Amino acid sequence: MGIKATLLGAVLGTMLVTPTMAEQLTAVSFGGAYGAAQKKHMLDPYTAKTGVKILFEDYSGGIAEIKAQVEAGNVQWDVVDIEVIDLERACSEGLLEVVPQNLLLPGADGTPAKDDFIPTALANECGVGNIVWTIVYAYNDKTIGSVVPDSIQDFFNTGKISGKRAMRKRPQVNLEWALIADGVASADVYEVLATDEGVARAFAKLDTIKGDIVWFDSWSQVPQLLNDGGAVMAQSANGRIFDAIKKDGKPFHMVWDAHVYDLDVWSVVKGSKKKDLAFDFIAFATGTKPLAGMPDVAYGPTRKSSMALVDPSVIPDLPTSHLDKGLKADGIFWADYGESLGEKFNEWILN
Amino acid sequence: MSAMRTTILNSEALTRDEAKSARREVQRHKRTAFFLVAPLLVFITLSFVVPIGTMLYRGVHNPAVAELIPETLELLEDWDGKQVPSSRVMTSLALDLQRLAKIRRSGKLAEEINRARPGMSSIIKSSARKMKKTPQDELVNSGAAHLLNAHKAWADVKIWRAIKSVGGVYSARNYLKSLDLERNFDGEIQVRKATKIYLQLYGKTLKIALYITLLCLILGYPLAYFLANIPSKLSNLLMIFVLLPFWTSLLVRTTAWIALLQTNGVINSFFMGIGLTTEPLDMLYTRFATIIAMTHILLPFMILPLYSVMKGIDASYMRAAMSMGARPMRAFFTVYLPNTLPGLSAGALLVFIISVGYYITPALVGGTDGQMISNIIAFHMQQSNNWGLAAALGTLLLAVILTLYWVYDRLVGSNNIKLG
Repeated sequence: MGIKATLLGAVLGTMLVTPTMAEQLTAVSFGGAYGAAQKKHMLDPYTAKTGVKILFEDYSGGIAEIKAQVEAGNVQWDVVDIEVIDLERACSEGLLEVVPQNLLLPGADGTPAKDDFIPTALANECGVGNIVWTIVYAYNDKTIGSVVPDSIQDFFNTGKISGKRAMRKRPQVNLEWALIADGVASADVYEVLATDEGVARAFAKLDTIKGDIVWFDSWSQVPQLLNDGGAVMAQSANGRIFDAIKKDGKPFHMVWDAHVYDLDVWSVVKGSKKKDLAFDFIAFATGTKPLAGMPDVAYGPTRKSSMALVDPSVIPDLPTSHLDKGLKADGIFWADYGESLGEKFNEWILN
Repeated sequence: MSAMRTTILNSEALTRDEAKSARREVQRHKRTAFFLVAPLLVFITLSFVVPIGTMLYRGVHNPAVAELIPETLELLEDWDGKQVPSSRVMTSLALDLQRLAKIRRSGKLAEEINRARPGMSSIIKSSARKMKKTPQDELVNSGAAHLLNAHKAWADVKIWRAIKSVGGVYSARNYLKSLDLERNFDGEIQVRKATKIYLQLYGKTLKIALYITLLCLILGYPLAYFLANIPSKLSNLLMIFVLLPFWTSLLVRTTAWIALLQTNGVINSFFMGIGLTTEPLDMLYTRFATIIAMTHILLPFMILPLYSVMKGIDASYMRAAMSMGARPMRAFFTVYLPNTLPGLSAGALLVFIISVGYYITPALVGGTDGQMISNIIAFHMQQSNNWGLAAALGTLLLAVILTLYWVYDRLVGSNNIKLG
């Protein structure tokens, strides 16, 4: 009895003395230089301010992992950085929580959130825009030769510039580029691509360089391909090229013509046990100052008020400075045709 | 075991009590044996039987649409598919869409129907959004009109056929698609109109696996022979060189091949340095790269069983054959080769089966023409989210391998395998 009571007392005592466990959140993003910038400007300041520990994991995009967690009822991820192209699907399939937009902070200059964000950043109820990034193509000064490309037509013109072109092995962006290079106006691209003739036209254009294409699966392969001469021109996320130029001093150049830009958003996985904490994090992370750190990797902030804090020398490298030459990736179109064009694309590659 | 029991029971030398205790003893041994293998049994059930069973089931079981719009599907049951269905059906769907939009499940419905008819996803989602904004009693009265107003595609009979075609809880459509087939609206099976890639990919996968197996055989057989016939001190040392890559991470080995094969990589620099070529050869991101890298990775699976079999072949067999007048070639083909057959079949089967399902190496070094069926399965798992189709493709791959194994068993006999 005596021992029991002592033990019980000891156990209760420990329970009382033990401080409440620090709250923890799991955030998932794309890693690399981009992930490092997010950690520096969003995650670490949030932890410093609130004491909430954040477990930061990498993934390679897509909604397969989110779907698996939600379907199994075992949600491990709380906050996920997701591409708008996937957001549309994930949201309407009920894989994400609706983010209450009234939680978003006003800009540092006092502008209300809904006026401060660029409109596309708040277009979907399931996420809040975080960056504008884009897909451009780049070349290496050392391997390009005397004629330098400056348009999307040049990318498809093997007569003007010979050598390999590296493209990501998927229909997205490649089909858009093929149509634009074939003379379709940027504004009509998705309308044309929704028809059988348009798809045939895009593949016919790709056919003209089929033998000169090097395919890759991950953006991380691009700097290497350009560097070792595996390709003279390569499609890439702009941040990767920017990083290679600034950090490693590579002689690369970006061509902005017909770049296809898109947003990344912060969203919350449906059924997250720390939903409210996750919303709080998103509100913080999409504040003026954290967003102003994203140009570290040449991705544009989604708040107008952030631009005032951005180093002026980086501004020409931001996608937001070239929107007039660009095309907005159409998430709704790719939700419709991603699978069928994916199969067609694989068929085309095989033959 | 049973033979042993019969002897015990039939033996007249034992009394009844002795027989009983002997039987008990045997049973005790059996129980111990069962408990010893029980953990393995549980492990295999959980990690092997259950996942494969789930995969088989997912390929045929597609309840999503039936669960989401049960009433509309019931109404569509009697519809002949010739004209646009009655306004009653349309109203029912309009109400279904409204309900789904409210609980944010319209995207699931859109995704499923989009598979039957690409382009439907946005029509369904945008219509569902419009229905959500319409008051419910208005929809009950004139849902059909609202639906037709929401998008003109609802007046097209094809959209309704698509909905009906994906309405079943169980269907073989994923399996048909894996074979480049489809069912038309009258239920007849026909060759798929849209894209035909899967049969071609299976063929290519088997071909690549065959090349790899043959290459492993050509490279592995002489090496195993050499290792088996040198003093064991030396062979143990050399064996480490065979096993060393085996112990290295798969990713490291694959990446090493990237460094070797790339445009200005080691091999190209060497060839250009000695003047063999003036232009770098395209080796990386080709079928050649897939085959060469996978041969390297799978070589130990060929060498190890061959080595262990060859080690057990008495050298006097060959000497005997030759002393009786056989030339070396003849002696090899009639005496040595048949003796190594168990190791050879084991190695070939291992290499072939592993390479048929290989994913990571073709994904990294294969480019376009080095892609295998596993890469398209990954596409459907990760990008198109068509897990049903991925499951069907995986199941067919399993069926192909089992068939090949059955053929092999018929031709060679599975008793003839020696794994090590």
